[in-house]
Amino acid sequence: MAKRIDVSGLHVYYGDFLAVEDVSMTIEPRSVTAFIGSSGCGKSTFLRTLNRMHEVTPGAYARGKVLLDDLDVYGPDVDPVLVRSEVGMVFQRANPFPTMSIYDNVIAGARLNNKRMSRSRADDLVEESLRGANLWEEVKDRLHKPGSGLSGGQQQRLCIARATAVRPSVLLMDEPCSALDPISTLAIEDLIHQLKEDYTIVIVTHNMQQAARVSDRTAFFNLAGPGKPGRLIEMGETNQMFTRPEKKETENYITGRFG
Amino acid sequence: MSSTTTRPSGPETTETVLRHASLPRYFPAALLACSAAAVAGVLLAFSSFGVVVWALLTAVAYVVITVTAAARVEGGRKATDRFVTSLVYGCFLLALAPLVSMLWTVLRSGFARFDGYFLSVSMNGVLPSMDAGGAYHAIVGTLAITGMATLISVPIGVMTAVYLVEYARGRIKRVITFFVDVMTGIPSIVAGLFVVALWIVLFGPGRTNGAAGAISLAVLMIPVVVRSSEEMLRLVPRDLREASYALGVPKWRTITKVVLPTSAAGLTTGIMLAIARVIGETAPLILTAGSSAVSINWNLFDGQMMSLPVFIYSQVRMGGAVNYERAWAAALTLILTVMLLFFLARMIGRAFAPKSTR
Amino acid sequence: MTTTDAPQAAPPPTASRRIGDAVFAGLARGSGLLILVILAGVAAFLVIQAWPSLSANTANFLTSTEWEANVREAPAFGVAALAFGTLLAAAVALLLATPVAVGIALFIVYYAPRRLASVLGYLVDLLAAIPSVVYGLWGIGFLAPRLVPVFGGLTEHLGWIPLFSGPASTSGRTILTASIVLAVMILPIITAMSRDVFKQVPQGHREAALAMGATRWEMIRLAVLPFGRSGVVGGAMLGLGRALGETMAVAMILSPSLVISFDLLQSGNQTIAAHIALQYPEATGYGVSALIAAGLVLFAITLAVNMGARYIVARGSKEA
Repeated sequence: MAKRIDVSGLHVYYGDFLAVEDVSMTIEPRSVTAFIGSSGCGKSTFLRTLNRMHEVTPGAYARGKVLLDDLDVYGPDVDPVLVRSEVGMVFQRANPFPTMSIYDNVIAGARLNNKRMSRSRADDLVEESLRGANLWEEVKDRLHKPGSGLSGGQQQRLCIARATAVRPSVLLMDEPCSALDPISTLAIEDLIHQLKEDYTIVIVTHNMQQAARVSDRTAFFNLAGPGKPGRLIEMGETNQMFTRPEKKETENYITGRFG
Repeated sequence: MSSTTTRPSGPETTETVLRHASLPRYFPAALLACSAAAVAGVLLAFSSFGVVVWALLTAVAYVVITVTAAARVEGGRKATDRFVTSLVYGCFLLALAPLVSMLWTVLRSGFARFDGYFLSVSMNGVLPSMDAGGAYHAIVGTLAITGMATLISVPIGVMTAVYLVEYARGRIKRVITFFVDVMTGIPSIVAGLFVVALWIVLFGPGRTNGAAGAISLAVLMIPVVVRSSEEMLRLVPRDLREASYALGVPKWRTITKVVLPTSAAGLTTGIMLAIARVIGETAPLILTAGSSAVSINWNLFDGQMMSLPVFIYSQVRMGGAVNYERAWAAALTLILTVMLLFFLARMIGRAFAPKSTR
Repeated sequence: MTTTDAPQAAPPPTASRRIGDAVFAGLARGSGLLILVILAGVAAFLVIQAWPSLSANTANFLTSTEWEANVREAPAFGVAALAFGTLLAAAVALLLATPVAVGIALFIVYYAPRRLASVLGYLVDLLAAIPSVVYGLWGIGFLAPRLVPVFGGLTEHLGWIPLFSGPASTSGRTILTASIVLAVMILPIITAMSRDVFKQVPQGHREAALAMGATRWEMIRLAVLPFGRSGVVGGAMLGLGRALGETMAVAMILSPSLVISFDLLQSGNQTIAAHIALQYPEATGYGVSALIAAGLVLFAITLAVNMGARYIVARGSKEA
């Protein structure tokens, strides 16, 4: 299921403003890739172009190529709706639908594609997705209670279950732990380790220890200068990035804050 | 419906599809033009062309064809999406229809009699069916009654807003805010009845005059002024107040010299909108200021007073062709006045808007 | 938000200062309290003036449909038919207006091109600026005659539905015409409330829906409508309050009779507000007092509806 992502020559705009300039990279399947960099360097913006969520902001668009295996996400006639069911996303703040039960939250995305899903198949899918998100044991007795009653960390795992229930091949995570306490963060990080068996995972994080702990490869973004667009500075194996970065900029950033 | 997007739950992999056959981008516009033309053609062929029928049939044809085409080409989900999109656009156009129709009718029918003569003579000595007379007495009454209502409502309304923003807290604040909301919902006819009841107690039955009308309008106007003023006063930055206190200026001077002047533009806009709101009120004035005055009366405290809305109403009640013409012309006068107030409100709001925010 | 708790650095008190502050604060508090007094006065004076006719009434005020109040002795009147007409007209208006208003609000917030959205919203607000007497004039002078053939068609083809039974009015001055005009009048109220809540739907919820591959409509169904429900209901109830109390449009359009009838396409029915406006100029004897009693009923109904609306809106915004 997991797919490779090939980005080449991608420019990201908000109206006239060039936010991210000329990014090319390859993201390997069944691995975790972390994006790091200071605030406002465009790493989240870039992440959102991978499933065409960027263009949801009025006036925002991207130019360039993003290949999912060999299909261009920005090709002519490509339906962003289909892209997004192939490339799922988890956000910084857990956002379960407040009026829906846990069960309905998980099944919401899958129901869109398959309205007449049988009861037993829906039950199976919910259980499978919640187990996949390490949440089943905690919520199996209150599946029909509102999702907003869960703790922050549980809500975030519920969102992961909701995203995987659509059966995407890629999971994008935009600082998924930044609003969580250390124990919940640990639970999510464990989950990321498991999920990479089946998915291509891209995670944006501010926490470099987290990047070091969970990712196989790391990409470092930085601004070209104040008021200038963000760029991809360097990308490589996480170990190597954190011990022997090639670029001086990367080293400054990592040594400035790491360890 | 479309097999391309279903995704079986199970480990077996399906081929990924990011695109599906889709209707071309120009499809909606082209279809709309075609169905409009086709429907017009058919209607003209049967020589039964009417704008409403034409618009309705075009809309139906457009929606049916779009949904069918989308369902066949793009699949059920897209078809639903397109259906809802047409529906939502349709709702908006449906709301514009009465607006355009109303303004157009008022303009067209109103100009028949809207002239200097109409605006400068009263109905004094004019029999209802005579081709003469105008609305000057009604304009005078509207100005006098609305003016007095404004003079009553503005101080009370603004001071209440000051109290709510600067002084009140806790329970009393909640109570007043709640009852201001309740007051907003008083039906205008009830405000009229209130003054009728009050006048009977104070002056005995059967007394109608402009002041009674003004008070009933003030009951309707006060909550509107409170609401808008409150919002404006809350916009005044706290720093400004604190800077003034730090200079040792007493609180009441701070409010009158700093807070109120800073929000003056917003307050004025709110008051203009409140005036626009009550200037068209009819029901309370029929009860309080009378509906049969024909001559010019500047005295708010003596005798019946005509106003533009009541003039429209009483002319319609008479029912002759000339009466309807007068009603339309008065409606045009009234709408122009309301529009002028709205326009002034926007201009004042724009001209004095704090520049620092942008 | 809390600009209210401002005075920390109390300036050194001097006599004149204290008087100035005290006077000003007193004026402000007085205005606030005056509002409570006015409202209490509205209720009190209506009750006082309604009492003579209510106590002399020989019919049951709440269940009778007759209106024989313009007499010096033994009046017989009741609000049953009027209250029924009021509720019927307002309910039909609400049914017509709410779906359209939700559609308009969705259009302005999620469909219209960004740059046009505020201008288009302003156009809808303009509907609220037109005086109700002009609505009435438009309703009787323009709309009613044009609806006559439509009503004829409805009774012919859908006459088996009780609401549409014939014979249709030949003047178009029916409760349905009045309801249509009322619906247009309350459209901007419901639209404004719905627009406000739809705008407040958290970006997170909308993006969550889009990110799992929802179309625009599916996003609205999953994230916007559930979140906005309380606002729409609250707006609809405010609109209902307005429709219940609206006088002129109904008074001018409807050709009244005091009956209880569900026939939307025949002349008949009457609302409390319109009845008061039409009867007042001719009221004698117990007439005025009886009309004030009817007004009291209207006041009570609209009060209940408006308070219900505020409660729903407040509860909804707390949940969010």
